[in-house]
Order: sequence, then structure tokens, then C-alpha cells
Amino acid sequence: MSHGKTLSHPTGTHGVMAEFGSPERLVAACHRAYAAGYRKMDAYAPIPVEGLAEAIGFKRNKVAFCVLIAGICGVIGGLGLLEWITVIAYPHNVGGRPLNSWPAYIPITFECMILLSALTALVSMLAMNGLPRPYHAVFNVPAFKRASIDKFFLCIESSDPKFEEADTARFLGGLGGREVSVVPE
Amino acid sequence: METTEKADYQKLPERLIPDPGPDSILGPGHDYDSVTRRIAGIVYLPLKNSPKKWLVGAFIAFCFVNLLMLAVGWLFLKGTGIWGINIPIGWGFAIINFVWWIGIGHAGTLISAVLFLLKQDWRTSINRFSEAMTLFAVACAGMFPILHLGRPWLAYWLFPYPNSMALWPQPRSPLEWDVFAVSTYGTVSLVFWYVGLLPDLASMRDGAPHLWQRKIYGILALGWRGSAIHWHRYQKAYLLLAGLATPLVLSVHTIVSFDFAISVIPGWHTTIFPPYFVAGAVYSGFAMVLTLIIPLRSWYNMRDLITLRHIEAASKLMLGVGLIVAYGYGMEAFFAWYSGDKYESFMYWNRMTGPYGFTYVLLILCNILLPQALWSRKVRHNLVLVWIISIIVNIGMWLERFVIVVTSLHRDFLPSSWGIYIPSKWDWATYAGTLGFFMFLIFLFVRALPSISIFEVREVVHHESHGEHLEPVGEEA
Repeated sequence: MSHGKTLSHPTGTHGVMAEFGSPERLVAACHRAYAAGYRKMDAYAPIPVEGLAEAIGFKRNKVAFCVLIAGICGVIGGLGLLEWITVIAYPHNVGGRPLNSWPAYIPITFECMILLSALTALVSMLAMNGLPRPYHAVFNVPAFKRASIDKFFLCIESSDPKFEEADTARFLGGLGGREVSVVPE
Repeated sequence: METTEKADYQKLPERLIPDPGPDSILGPGHDYDSVTRRIAGIVYLPLKNSPKKWLVGAFIAFCFVNLLMLAVGWLFLKGTGIWGINIPIGWGFAIINFVWWIGIGHAGTLISAVLFLLKQDWRTSINRFSEAMTLFAVACAGMFPILHLGRPWLAYWLFPYPNSMALWPQPRSPLEWDVFAVSTYGTVSLVFWYVGLLPDLASMRDGAPHLWQRKIYGILALGWRGSAIHWHRYQKAYLLLAGLATPLVLSVHTIVSFDFAISVIPGWHTTIFPPYFVAGAVYSGFAMVLTLIIPLRSWYNMRDLITLRHIEAASKLMLGVGLIVAYGYGMEAFFAWYSGDKYESFMYWNRMTGPYGFTYVLLILCNILLPQALWSRKVRHNLVLVWIISIIVNIGMWLERFVIVVTSLHRDFLPSSWGIYIPSKWDWATYAGTLGFFMFLIFLFVRALPSISIFEVREVVHHESHGEHLEPVGEEA
């Protein structure tokens, strides 16, 4: 994973990056880098690639859990608000109906659940991804401009214990990576 | 390199790009780079080289935006008395247009969320555009109930908040449910749209020919860099949003139908309203999608991105949903007769033969009879006919709301409280104004953001060119 701050690393490099021509090659390269013992790395692709995150050792996606919690909070909050309004804050007798007429509160409770869940899906995804982030070292590589268009990249980061600039660069070249380059911090 | 890239975006492709036909969702010869350039190129195109039709269309729409300003300004000064509403017909155009607009929004969510969950590949090129349509339609819809309040500047009273009057809104009322449903729908549609846009904004940032464009798209892209782990969370979030938007879209029009169904007015008080309203919403939404994408793909020479496959699939869905709507009409008439309730049966007879009988006849013609032409493959492949039918359905669905709102209210239980509703020029001005507002936003959207999801089209390219196999792990690539 790439989220550790590597600013203090003595080499002053973020890592070594190589370019791959297709998603299949990138996935294969990631598997081999992982098998070779590299752990601090990240792969970049202009499309979501199946199995790519798993190939670099990503296991737990917590977005769904956050959304579940938010949905439960939305239900409790929504229903709680309506009960509080109608039973405690502003008890209002309408034609002798019970103050706690909960079936009528379901639509608003449902909307509160959806609203909170959807906002949490956005916010938790961004927060766990560390976005918004105005600067990142990978953008220092000129060819990386195409990472959002048609090229696929693997970057082994300098914070990895196994990282040795020259060795890692040679290793990436051996995986079939083109344009192996050092990423300045 | 920089200069050639700049030159590339000066003009749209000059030769006419052919449609690959009804079996293909993407024209031949595309790779990741070419689809990016084609879709982003529409946005990078200098304003002076925009199609003339865009300029003329945007100008006309802008004139109508001004008409809306005028109509709303006058309404703020004079109050709802400038409209044709009266007692008993208190709802008039404001509610007709509210229901119509929000219905149009529904197809956007259906295309982007429901078809995503069902893994329909043809949604890809039209989902972004439909989501934008949803947002703008909800914006138009949201205006009407607020303008109808009488004192629109006090609209915030609708929300529960601690206030010095020690009053709270009534959460047992469907009108209060509406507040939550519509505001949630607008917010979730915006979130869904923005999440879908995020990777494309990064592409726009990285390919932009000018620094100012890179800055704007850079800010909007939030520093997206396509990391595998980011994509993983992104896809999960997108899937969840689709899963949340699907029941949401059903709930919204259900709640809108409760505004009617929970009352005791003959013609409104029926259990068929929720499903029938949802079907009607999707019907009008697909009609609006077709009305917009058929000219758009021709103006911007995108026949290889939005193909006959998309148009045919949307037409078939429109036809199918239209039949559900027809069933709804049939059931309404059946209930009126079978209930044995004299008010119900009078209401239905009056709806067909009373002062507004012509609207009912037109409604059946526009919504049920004419769209049956879509059964024919020849008609579905004739874009001019599909476009005309889509407009007819839009008109028909608007008439449906007119019929439901006006004919039910104007002949109530007591003949002494019967009345007639004639919309005033300010009703028409407000309605035409929101049409212009909607179209103007669509015109701006096409110029400012990628109107087709770039990364999803790249996925289509990937699936079509490479197949879906991954090379065996550990072998030299």
C-alpha cells in the first residue's frame, strides 16, 4: 500500500516506476513483484483492472462496512428525529390518532438511511483513498500523464525494506516494464 | 507533442463517422487513446469551432432562462394569483410540472444504477448523459413546489429545525415525505454523478491542451491518480451507490404518488398509483433520453459511440414500460367501474367526456396508440421517427399529469364546488422557462464535462479487444 509518508526517506526518491502496455501485463508484473517480496508498491491504471489491487496485496475494502454503519445511523437518526418531534417536542392530536404513528414515519426514515449511506459511500471512499490530494510524487514522471489515458504503471516505493534503486529498477525491467524511471519525491 | 495535441482538438472529426449498426455498442478501430480523445475533444473544442447548432440552441435556451427569471420575478412580486389556479383546482401547472420533471429524472437513475446492477453493456455510453439529465430535471422539478408555496422565501420551514416559533413540520403528511424524498434524490443523484465523473476528470486534467483547463479539471479531479487500491474502493463505492439509488428511485415516485393516493379525491385515491407512477416516470425519462441523444450524437459526430444499439435498446424499454402505463390506465378505468362507487365512476366518465375530455383522448393517443409503432424494427431504426415518437411520449406524459391533477380536482363530490382551470400566460411562461433552463444546462454540460463516461468506454474497448483473460501469473509477459 502506498499511503505511508515517504518524505523523510534519505534517497529523496518516491520509488521506481515502470510502464506496461496492457492491464494483463501489469497484473502479471504485480504478482511477480509481490512474489519477489516487495510490499510497498502501487499500480496505476486508466481503467479498473480486475485482480490488480489483490495482486499488490490489498485485502480489506472497508467502504461497505462504513456504508452499513451509516445506513443504520440513518435509520436510527431519522426515526428518532420523527418520534422526538411528534411525541416529545410537539405532541399534536390530529383526529385522535396516536402520537407515535410510526408507520407514517417509514418513508422519511428510509430517505434518511439512503442519504446518509450515499454520502458515506462518497466520503469514506475519498477519505480512505487519501483524496483530495493536490500533490503526489508519481505526477513527477512525465510519462505518468498517460496513466489516466492509455498506459499502465507499477511503482515500487522507496519505503519498501527491499528497495534498492538500481536493483529494483533492474527487477522492473526484467518484468517487461518499459521506460523504467526513478520517481523523485 | 504539445502543439500537435493542441491542433487535434481544434475541430471535430470531419468525415462522417458511420454507425456500426444495432449489434455493436462501439464503432470499430477504437483504442484507449482514441476514445479518450474523441470524448474529451468535444469539451476541448474551442467555442468558436462549436457546431453552429449548439450555439443557436444554447442561445434559444438562454432566452427561455430569461423568461423563467421574468416569470419567477413577477410571481415573487404578485403571488400565485398570477397563475390560473383557483379553488377547487389549487394544484394546476406547478404540481403537473413537478411530477413531470421528476419523472423525467427517473430514467437517468434507472440507466445508471439499475442497468449497472443488471450488467447491461449498452448503458455505458449514455449513463453519464442520463445522470446529468436527472440532475437538471430534479432541479426543475424542485422549483415548482417551492414557487407554489405562496411565500417561496420561507421554503426552509419545510425542514425540521429548532426554531423560535417552536413549530415542527408534520411528518405524517406525504407532502413532508416529498421534501425528504426529493432533496435526498437530488443529493444522491449528484453524488452518484460526481463519483462516476471522478476518473474522467483526471483524464480531462491530463489531456487538456491549456493550463487553465488543467487547473480546473485538476481541482475537480481531487488528485485522482488511478491507483489500483483507489479503483478497488471506488468500484465498491460505485456499486453501493447503484444499490442505494435503485430503491431510492422507486421510493421517490412512490412518495410523489402518495401526494395524490393518500387523499380522498376520486381518481387519486387508488392503490395502483405508486407502481403506475414509477412506470410513467421511467417512460417519460426514456423518451427524454432519446429526444436528447439523437441530435447530440449527430451534432458531435458520435455515431460510433452512441450507436443504433443504444437507441434501439432504449426504444424497446420505452415501449415495454409504456405497456405497463397502458395497463395502469386500464386498471384505473376498471376500478372506477368495478368499485360501484358513483363518485369514482362519475369521475372517470367525466375524465373521458367532460370539459377536459380532449386531453384524455390526446393522452391515450400519445402514450398508448402512437408509440406502438416501435414494435416495428424499421421504425426503431429510423431515427427521425424514433425522435418524433419520443417527443410525442413526452407530451403524452405531461398530459397524463394534467389529466390526473385537473380532472380529479375540478369535479369534486359537491357540484357546488365544481370549477374550471385555465392556465394563465404566466403558467406557460414558467413551464417554458424551466424547459429552457433544462436545455441550457444540458448545452453547458456537453461543453464543460465529458458527456460519455470515458473510462467505461475504455473498459468496453478492453473487453472487445483483449477478451477477458488474464495472462497466467508469473509468466514473462
